[in-house]
Amino acid sequence: MAQRYSSSARREIGTQVKLPVRKAVEISFNSVKIRFGRSLITVSSIILAIAFLMSIWTTSSIVNSLRDANDPKMNLILQQKGIDISQESEANRQEEAKNTWLVVLSLLVCLVGITNAMLMSVTERFREIGTMKCMGALDGFIVKLFILESAFMGMAGTVLGAAVGFLLSVLMSWIGYGTAVIDYVPWPGILERGVTAIILGSFLSLMGGILPAYRAAKMEPVDAMRLEV
Amino acid sequence: MAVVRTQDVKKVYEMGDVRVSALKGVDIEIEQGEYISIMGPSGSGKTTLFNMVGGLDKPSDGKVYIDDVDVAQLDAYELAWLRCRKIGYIFQTFNLIPVMTALENVTLPMVFAGLTSDEARDKGVELLNKVGLGDRVSHKPFELSGGQQQRVAVARAFANDPALILADEPTGNLDLRTGTEIIELLREMNQESGVTVVSATHDHKMLSVSDRVVWVRDGRVDRVVKREELKIEVGTIDGRTA
Repeated sequence: MAQRYSSSARREIGTQVKLPVRKAVEISFNSVKIRFGRSLITVSSIILAIAFLMSIWTTSSIVNSLRDANDPKMNLILQQKGIDISQESEANRQEEAKNTWLVVLSLLVCLVGITNAMLMSVTERFREIGTMKCMGALDGFIVKLFILESAFMGMAGTVLGAAVGFLLSVLMSWIGYGTAVIDYVPWPGILERGVTAIILGSFLSLMGGILPAYRAAKMEPVDAMRLEV
Repeated sequence: MAVVRTQDVKKVYEMGDVRVSALKGVDIEIEQGEYISIMGPSGSGKTTLFNMVGGLDKPSDGKVYIDDVDVAQLDAYELAWLRCRKIGYIFQTFNLIPVMTALENVTLPMVFAGLTSDEARDKGVELLNKVGLGDRVSHKPFELSGGQQQRVAVARAFANDPALILADEPTGNLDLRTGTEIIELLREMNQESGVTVVSATHDHKMLSVSDRVVWVRDGRVDRVVKREELKIEVGTIDGRTA
């Protein structure tokens, strides 16, 4: 310990206090609220990504449910739409494969879209982060702030996205297969998918936000300031 | 006693295979209550030295003592504490947080220091009054002029009663008149509270208020001039500013 101080005088040096979570929540919530326009763009890309995923899932569950119902009237409509009604046909297997591919694709869209949105919103604030570090913010505080921000935006975006995706595909099925489709909506399955989509989206937005925030927080303040974004 | 002391500070930047020596061994001592200007052409190592003195950057070799504490020995928590309580920063580009009001900007370092919201608000209003912006507490940075923004930044720098104020080209983005006002404000606060002010600048208006001027050239301290000697020198070297 002694070597830390030069021999001439011993000066007290303290350890920076950790900021209470309440304060971090307050600051990050205000930050999202005040940057409403910018946050909306970030959130909307999350909404779009999750809505895409959710609509693929909802549509395929509804079609499956209609097929399983084996209602003669419904079977006719399905056949008119070019959907094979028999359970084990080659066409169905192809349909399954196509759906899986679409889900994978929409997950990729999610991943890229959300990460990009979060990355941008952190990168464009490097200078702010550098300033905060000069003011005595700890790395942990910066990370905490951005985790909370991405969590707020991720939650809002995914919940909205899941709702939008679900409603749109129900609407599309309604238009496509008639009003009777409402009776065939497999609620438990869709709820499960919805929760999965929300968890997935929140996780992706967290990851998308944490990584750049962590990198920014680890930077020396001079470097963070020097970067022109 | 010395607030800042550097011992043979060297800084080498490595860019790929190229090694650039920004500082080639600098020894300076800055006393409590002094008003110091670091001057030098671009690329002289002025900003690098300034960053070292402020604990924003670590030297490749040599030692920097702030308040007799070797900066290199500090861990992240202690360094943050030092930046928060002992040093106040003023930047050329003001660097206020755009989404926060003037008051919130000033109180942010106090929040980091662990003050309660009430304490921080009272002190923040007091500081804003002191810099002449008592009626602008709830304005956002974009609603303020450049000079006013820099005043908010000055108030923010004084938030936790630091021992050292570091101003990096504080007048660089301001016109002549507002620049002079900021310099005078800094000088006033320096005399009033006995805080040490170090500014990196090439603004000659700074010279007349500085106790000492450190000229940096090519990574070394070229010369250090006291104010008494300064007037004559400025007069002879470039008559414009005298």
